This record gives sequence, C-alpha cells and structure tokens, in this order.
Amino acid sequence: MDIQVVREMCTGCGECEQACPFGQIAVVDQKAKILDSCVSCGACRDVCQPGAIDLSPFLDNENPSPDAYRDIFVFAELREGELRECSLELLGEGRRLADKLHQELAAVVFGDDPSGLCRPLISHGADRVYMVDDANLGFYRTETYTALLTAIVTRYRPSILLLSATTTGRDLAPRLAARLGTGLTADCTSLEIEEETGVLLQNLPAWGGKMMAEIKTPDHRPQMATVRPHVMRKQEPDPDREGEVIEIPVQINPRGIPVKRLKVVKEEQPTTSIEQAEIVVAGGRGLQGPEQFAIIEELADVLGAAVGASRAAVDEGWTSHLCQVGQTGKTVRPKIYVACGISGAIQHCIGMEGSGTIVAINKDREAPIMRIADYALVGDLFQIVPALIQAVRTKRRRN
Amino acid sequence: MRIIVCVKQVPDIEESNVVGLDSETGVIIREDVPAILNPLDTFAVEEAVALKEKHGGEVIVVTMGPHQAEDALITCLSMGADQAFLLSDQAFAGADTIATAYALSCAIRKVGDFDLVFCGQQSLDGETGQVGPMLAENLHVPQITYVKKIDIVDKQIVAHRELEDMYELVQCHMPLLMTVVKGINVPRVPTYSELGEAMEKDIPVWGPEDLEAEESRLGLSGSPTRVTRVWTPESTSAGTVFEGDPTDIADQTAEILIELLED
Ligand SMILES: Cc1cc2nc3c(=O)[nH]c(=O)nc-3n(C[C@H](O)[C@H](O)[C@H](O)COP(=O)(O)OP(=O)(O)OC[C@H]3O[C@@H](n4cnc5c(N)ncnc54)[C@H](O)[C@@H]3O)c2cc1C
Ligand SMILES: Nc1ncnc2c1ncn2[C@@H]1O[C@H](COP(=O)(O)O)[C@@H](O)[C@H]1O
Repeated sequence: MDIQVVREMCTGCGECEQACPFGQIAVVDQKAKILDSCVSCGACRDVCQPGAIDLSPFLDNENPSPDAYRDIFVFAELREGELRECSLELLGEGRRLADKLHQELAAVVFGDDPSGLCRPLISHGADRVYMVDDANLGFYRTETYTALLTAIVTRYRPSILLLSATTTGRDLAPRLAARLGTGLTADCTSLEIEEETGVLLQNLPAWGGKMMAEIKTPDHRPQMATVRPHVMRKQEPDPDREGEVIEIPVQINPRGIPVKRLKVVKEEQPTTSIEQAEIVVAGGRGLQGPEQFAIIEELADVLGAAVGASRAAVDEGWTSHLCQVGQTGKTVRPKIYVACGISGAIQHCIGMEGSGTIVAINKDREAPIMRIADYALVGDLFQIVPALIQAVRTKRRRN
Repeated sequence: MRIIVCVKQVPDIEESNVVGLDSETGVIIREDVPAILNPLDTFAVEEAVALKEKHGGEVIVVTMGPHQAEDALITCLSMGADQAFLLSDQAFAGADTIATAYALSCAIRKVGDFDLVFCGQQSLDGETGQVGPMLAENLHVPQITYVKKIDIVDKQIVAHRELEDMYELVQCHMPLLMTVVKGINVPRVPTYSELGEAMEKDIPVWGPEDLEAEESRLGLSGSPTRVTRVWTPESTSAGTVFEGDPTDIADQTAEILIELLED
C-alpha cells in the first residue's frame, strides 16, 4: 500500500473518511484504516490536521520501470462548462504523438455533468475519455483536481501527461508532479518523440527567448509537460471517430476543499476587444511618449484595428493595461499584427506570435521582433507610420 | 505571524546580450552576467514585510543558490526581512524544480512552524512558476497562485486570484503558500543605511546535513528532468525585409495590408 496512517498520531476524527472521493478509508476502533482499493490520491492527507497520513511511501516507491506506463493522457480544461480551445489544440498534438508511438490517446475531463463533452473530445482525437462527474467539480480547485488526477495516473499509468499552460494548468501540474514524484517541463512550444527510445522531447524558449532548450524526463513516469496555448494545431473534428468513455465514480465532500471560492469577478473589456479583433496595431517604448502614442491610435483607426501595447508602453502610462499584449497581458491571434517600436521580448511575443501576418516597424533590424515578422520594416517609425496612414487612406479612396 | 519568503537570485537577462547557456551542458553561464534578486520576488518580499508591519511577527527569507546569492538575501534584509538563510552546497547544484522544491521544503521544516509562505510568480531565468506549488505540496499546505491582493479577515486569508480574464476571490485558513503577481504592491527601495545595516547581519549557510535531507533527492541526482540540448533559434528573419525610403516602404506595406484585409 502506498498511503499509511501513523497510528500514534491519528485521533480518529473521521475527516479523512469524509474527504476520500473513493470511499476507501474507514475509522475502525478510533483509528483511520485504509481499504484495499485505495488509489493513493492523497485527498485524506490534505484534510488530516494532526498530520497522521503518510504519503511518502508512495513517493519513495522507486518508479516501476518506464515500460509499465503507456499511452498519452491530456487534461481537458473547461471554462464555464465548455471545452477550452487550448485543450482541443492539446488533443491535436497528443493525437500526432500517439500515432508516432503507436499508442492510444486519452482525454481526462472533470466537471459538473461533463458527459456532453465526451463526444467532442473523441471527435477531436481521443480514443478514450476518463470522465469524473460531481457537482463539486464545476470549477477548478487545486486539491480535488490534484487528488483525482493522482488517482487516474496511479491506476492507469500513462507514459505522457499533457496539460495547458494556463493559470489552471500551471497551478495543477506542479502540485501533481510533486505528489507523483515525477518531472515537469513548463510552457513547451513544441513536442517530439525521440526515435530510438520513444522518450518525449520537450522544447521551450529559454533565457528570455534568446535560446531554445530541449528537456527530457528519462526515467520517471509519467513524463509531464504544460504546453503553451495557441501554439499547437487542433484536428478537424471527425464526427464518426469512435472512442470509449470511462466514468470514474467519486463522491466529493466540499469540506475537504480548503480554498473556498467566494466569488468571481469578470474584468471589464475595452470597447474593441483586442482578442476578437481581426487586426491589431500595437505600440511600444519606441513611441517615446503619450502624445506620440496617438499615431498608433490613428493608424488603428484607418485600418479598423484594435490598439495593443507592450508592457513598457503600459507601464509608462501611455495607454490602458487592457491593451497589454503578452505574458501578463492578453493573448491575441488576429489576421494581422502591426508592431511599432516594440523590441519583441519573449514576454511580449508569447501574446502575439499566433497572429496570421506580423508586420514590424523598428529602426533596429536585429530586434527580436524582426525575426518573427513576415514583413520587417526597418526605419524610423515617426516617418513610416504617418506615411503608412497616408498611403492606406489614399489607396482606400482610389479603390 | 511567521512568514517565510523563498527568493531566487537570477541573471539579469534584460541587461545582458551575452548568450548565457552552455550549449554543451545546457547549464546557465552566470559569469559576466549581473545577478539580481528575481524582480517578481521583490513583490513577495514587500507583501510579507507589509503584512508583518500590519499584523506583527517576523519575516524569514530563504534561497538556494551559489555563495553570491547572499547578495539577494541582503537586498531582502534591507527591505525589512528579519532573518535570512542560504542553502549552498555542491550537492544542491543542477537542481530542477522538483529538487529545488524538495530542498526548500527541508529548509522550511528546519526553520519551523509558519503561517505563510510566499513565492514569486516565476523566476526570470527558469520561468516555470513550478517551485511554489511543488513546495506547497511538499509542505502539505494549501496553495493560492497568482495572488494580486491579500486581506486577513478573522485569521483567514482572503485573496484575489488573477485568472486569464477574471479574478476569483478566495478564502483559506493558515498555514498556506501563496505566489504573488507583479502589481500586488509597490516594492520599497531600501535606503543606503538600511542596506548598510543589512550587510552587517549574519546569514547562516546550510548544507544537506543541516537540512537532514536525503542526498539522492537533491541537485542533479534528485532531478527527474534533464536539459539535453540548447540551441539558438534562427536569427535571420524568415520574412521580407523592407528598408530605405519611408514613403516607399509605406506604399508597399499599405498595398499588402489592404489586400490581406480584403481576403
Ligand atoms: C514576468 C514578466 C512578464 C512580462 N509580461 C509582458 C507582457 O505581458 N507584455 C509585454 O509587452 N512585455 C512584458 N514583459 C516585459 C518585456 O520583457 C519587455 O520589457 C517589454 O515587452 C519591452 O517593451 P517594448 O518592446 O515596448 O520596449 P523596448 O524593449 O524598449 O523596445 C523598444 C523598441 O523600439 C525601437 N524603437 C525605438 N525608437 C524607434 C523609432 N523612432 N522608430 C522605430 N523603432 C524604434 C527600438 O529599436 C526597440 O526595439 C514582461 C516581463 C516580465 C519579466
Ligand atoms: N533556488 C531557489 N531558492 C529559493 N526560491 C526559489 C528558487 N527557485 C525558485 N524559487 C521560488 O519559486 C518561484 C518560482 O520560480 P520558478 O519555478 O523557477 O519560476 C520564485 O519566484 C521563487 O519565489
């Protein structure tokens, strides 16, 4: 058994019995007793005040050979009961990797009545769906989601487990990896399978985007990674694809969730939401001041575009933080992204590199933004932007 | 209240143009690059010190790193932290986030009971944001990540947790661990005399024996992940470069933009 009760410390309070989602703990003679079908999820440990639950035997349990693990599992994230786009992208990528390995792809979904989502998960590439349905799973909670995923991993032993690098994925994946005692790679932008070994190659930008790094988890399983949204491609849904749905029965006691949600507040959106805009014109520190930033707004206006900005421009107070694109701002994927006086730091590029066509205006031809631009305009933006406004106006009038 | 803050010293990437990874070993080359306290960790230190000033108690900072990392701790002490500990030993070298979180959890156990642990949202060089949640798991305490506001109400923490396009208001008992985002506060800038006083303070250095840590779980040997290759991404633009007369550039670009928009 992987979980143990330290009898001297157990007070027989019964919190663990109530918290166990799988009904695998019982208080017998004033002491907690772990039953035979325990899957070591750890939910009991999270509620045990005296600290009488010992999970470490599970961690020390030298990983069984990597061969004991197979298949790729993808954690499907929901937003207000709907599948998130990034999870479908993850399925597309998982499918490609599974085919390479000749293994299966499974999706894992938790929710308050998520059964309607199994079909789309299958049409987007899953061979199997592990579904957990409980009224207390309507929104993400660290402890419950960690316990359930732990149970699924220990029971079904996937070789690879992928999550999205969202606020949820980046909260959940490290907690889970620490519980399982396996490796985790953050925010990958590409994944491959190593030919000879079948090991997952996890690639990500490093050193502020100046380098790329390849990371492996050679001996521990599952190989876990979070994957940056908007980078992978989802598959065209195939309504005829077949797949199996496995429902895992649980009973979740909300008392076992220490972090209670009191309310959620939606942030106000700017008038033209830059996330929906077809074209975005963004300005950075190269604009030099708030008055000059107005030429960005003018260019946006003639193009019918939304205004974006780098953090430098927002920090200077030249425009609203709602315009900020990048790691701590919005992620945009317009048809056209025009970057004016932006150097293209990785934290900015994260938020816009999925754009269809990138136009960059910069006086430094070596600026990182110029490397990812489809059209790199080298020169002074105070000359180019006004000329561009003029040229667009003239051509529009002529057509 | 007893508050522990985990901080990291990082190379100042934005200030350096040198390529800082050894392409053979994948190890960060720290020479020639100025080292600073991880900018996002200054928010964690400020939050801890501000809570102490309001509710009383002490702030203890911990870092794992080479000997120079002491400088980062001195910065924290000058901002108002009361005590600092440095984990430094060859055995810690090459740690990934799992091994880092393990070492930090051993150190915190040695420091003793606590009410709060703070981490930054992520480090400038690692950029993973994984150490905080891994540490919370090792310490068996709840976690709240991406925190942008904290209140203490009836001995409970009430926090704003920043999500993609909303925030949630959550409540939790102590002890717990929080990772804070930029903008939660304005970190104070210590005066010279505060810095001077901080430099006088004694900073104990701990190795694996002091932590009673299992050596096999430390450093490179305790790290499940391996950096196997590093390379420089293509540096030349894959796209079309326009230069020369601004009006010509503007004309050609306007043509392209209008065509794309009419597609
Ligand atoms: C944790 C973290 C999160 C971050 N999140 C974000 C984020 O969400 N979004 C974001 O944008 N940044 C973010 N940053 C900051 C990011 O690292 C950069 O500092 C920032 O993006 C730089 O903005 P910039 O390109 O406008 O300014 P700079 O880097 O100063 O670049 C200005 C550019 O303008 C050019 N220029 C100057 N004058 C002219 C002219 N007359 N004509 C043409 N070109 C000119 C220069 O050559 C230069 O390339 C984050 C940083 C950290 C550490
Ligand atoms: N070596 C370290 N010593 C102390 N704290 C650390 C260390 N590495 C990371 N941290 C903490 O964990 C946070 C996230 O770091 P990272 O996971 O590297 O992005 C940092 O902001 C620090 O608070």
